[in-house]
Amino acid sequence: MEANEILAKAESLRNGLSTGFRDEIVKSLYTEAENIAKRAVKTTSEKKYDFDQKIDRLVTSPYAGLPIMLLLLSLIIWLTVSGANVVSGWIAVVLFGIGDYGRALFNQIGAPWWLTGFIWDGVYLGLAWVVSVMLPPMMIFFPAFTFLEDLGYLPRVAFNMDWLFKKTGAHGKQSLTMAMGFGCNAAGVIATRVIDSPRERLIAILTNNFVPCNGRFPTLIMLATVFVAASFPPALTSFIAAGTVVGVVLIGVMFTFIASWVLSKTVLKGEASAFTLELPPYRRPNISRILYTSIIDRTIFVLWRAMQTAAPAGAIIWILANIHLGDSNLARLIADWLNPFGLLLGLDGVILLAYIIAIPANEIVVPTMMMVYMGAGMMINGPTSNSAIFDLLVNGNGWTMLTAVNLMLFALLHNPCATTIMTIYKETKSVKWATLSVVMTLGTAFVVTFLTASIARLFGWA
Amino acid sequence: MTNTKTVLPTEHCETCPAFTQLEQMGIKVGDFDRVIALAGNPNTGKSTLFNALTGLKQHTGNWPGKTVTRAEGGFEFNKMRYKLVDLPGTYSLLSASQDEEVARDFILFGQPSCTIVVCDATSLERNLNLVLQVMEITENVVVAINLMDEAKRKGLEVDPRSLSRDLGIPAIAITARSGEGIHTLLGAVSDVIEGKIETKPLRVHGTPEFQKAVNELVPMIEQMAPGIPNARWLAIRLLDGDARVQKALSTGELGDIVSRQQRADVQFSGKMSVKGRQ
Repeated sequence: MEANEILAKAESLRNGLSTGFRDEIVKSLYTEAENIAKRAVKTTSEKKYDFDQKIDRLVTSPYAGLPIMLLLLSLIIWLTVSGANVVSGWIAVVLFGIGDYGRALFNQIGAPWWLTGFIWDGVYLGLAWVVSVMLPPMMIFFPAFTFLEDLGYLPRVAFNMDWLFKKTGAHGKQSLTMAMGFGCNAAGVIATRVIDSPRERLIAILTNNFVPCNGRFPTLIMLATVFVAASFPPALTSFIAAGTVVGVVLIGVMFTFIASWVLSKTVLKGEASAFTLELPPYRRPNISRILYTSIIDRTIFVLWRAMQTAAPAGAIIWILANIHLGDSNLARLIADWLNPFGLLLGLDGVILLAYIIAIPANEIVVPTMMMVYMGAGMMINGPTSNSAIFDLLVNGNGWTMLTAVNLMLFALLHNPCATTIMTIYKETKSVKWATLSVVMTLGTAFVVTFLTASIARLFGWA
Repeated sequence: MTNTKTVLPTEHCETCPAFTQLEQMGIKVGDFDRVIALAGNPNTGKSTLFNALTGLKQHTGNWPGKTVTRAEGGFEFNKMRYKLVDLPGTYSLLSASQDEEVARDFILFGQPSCTIVVCDATSLERNLNLVLQVMEITENVVVAINLMDEAKRKGLEVDPRSLSRDLGIPAIAITARSGEGIHTLLGAVSDVIEGKIETKPLRVHGTPEFQKAVNELVPMIEQMAPGIPNARWLAIRLLDGDARVQKALSTGELGDIVSRQQRADVQFSGKMSVKGRQ
């Protein structure tokens, strides 16, 4: 018996069946399930999920739903910002102290200057920076986010935002994948598998990068704290900083909508498909599991990945800074060469250099930048307080408020990290879509920062 | 990462002949005797059960669609090693979204020794749709009715015996979060695999003319791939025009599965110590 024969037979049999046979099968399946369930389930009391329903009516109401969501997001970010600031400085003091000690030890045993420099001012400094910048926000953000996830709040977010996504021609479940993107964009891209329609799934994949992942939060938090919040009274600092980060996140969400809309009107034409989304009952999250998941699976995992790229990046910067050409060094020369383009975007050459070195992982942008500014070869440890950072950037390297704002925008909009690009390629199995994800985001970042810089200069703000 | 174990309650005294032992083996599944698939609707606690059995810490978010890939882990139960495959949660096996395809392909082509369908006790009717569909594909199915505690809170009482009787397969009440009922569930699974429990899965028949068409196709499929365990289901899917099944048929994938299955039977036969009801 040949396969073709069977297929042909099936074809002819199917044509012989009455048109509604598929519905008949599904119907008999449902009827059977209904009957069996009726026999097996007894209702012992009329008590329903009263409490759950009351909460749901509130958090998914057309009026209160979105404000509550915004409030929760702000709360998480505020907790992260205010907590991270305290811990970050403390970790920096300890780690840079260890660096001083190690350097002194190397000098004592008479190690050559280049070895001491390479190890302690290159590799170690890169690692110390990335840990002190990244660890604190992650340790607060991940558990808080996982708590909401386990509680069952995420599907409610999807419910609230469905109409917005529908208007842009995207799938309502995109808000779930967007939420996962806050943790890691690569994870967000994988999560798009819950979207059935290939068209809407591609939109979700391509726009996922517009929500800042945990690798980019530290950059935003630092800039919001050091620049935006610095001019306010100390009591308000954490609220202003958190508000700024929330604002940046909302701009990212806005770009998600714009990009989704543009995509579904151009290369990915089509209407939003209907879907059902179950609102699961609220479940009491298991605290020890949350801590385990967020600390081991998420924090350590992300931090380890960042450290793997931070160590070589530290080494590269140190080498670039120690190859002297005339009065200058290679890092400075590259930064100077990139400077005109950087200034056009309201940034500078060092920032662009940092972004090039940080393609493998966004986490190391701030450390890289700092190391180039400090001239990594000169045995200076990182500034451990906000005022020291402010001083280094503004007085030492000519930053303005425009630089800070545009760097936040650039951090939000620029190309995905190498891991995410690889994930997009694996998920779509297409070089075309992976390339588009880079071109689209980088293009947006260039255009937006160029416009803000031009407008700011036109009005004489910068 | 897998050092900490969830402590499961022991359900029998060690001296009792019914004493059973569960050892979580994490991801060390290189050498195993049996493969078990975990299917179920989204958000019914499949991953929680998976973690309880394997000792792994697969994250279990409370939203439908959290598990989008297959997770694998192992455990040892009564001296038998099992590989457990956690499938993505699906409401049915009929449509073509990626998660449903992963789940269906594994049950059909991965040929697990037994499939556990995890059901949400609070919405049994919808969950049974999937149970019925899985039972169309394979005979070795055990239903785990999870979230019994939540059902009680909601004022519902589920009778596993009634379900067992109607479905023709074992139905075991469990609470995966606390580990309650898990030993009973594993006992049923191993009995089904070893043939100590003979399942008589309920099959939904559809209209008589449809049934006739199915009966015409079944012998043809059996002739092409002798020994194929689910010719009836394949016939139904072919009549429905399922592209994936059509492809599997014309590429010869089905034939490969049958020969693989027969080799495996030879391998396992030495270990099948007890047959039939004791």
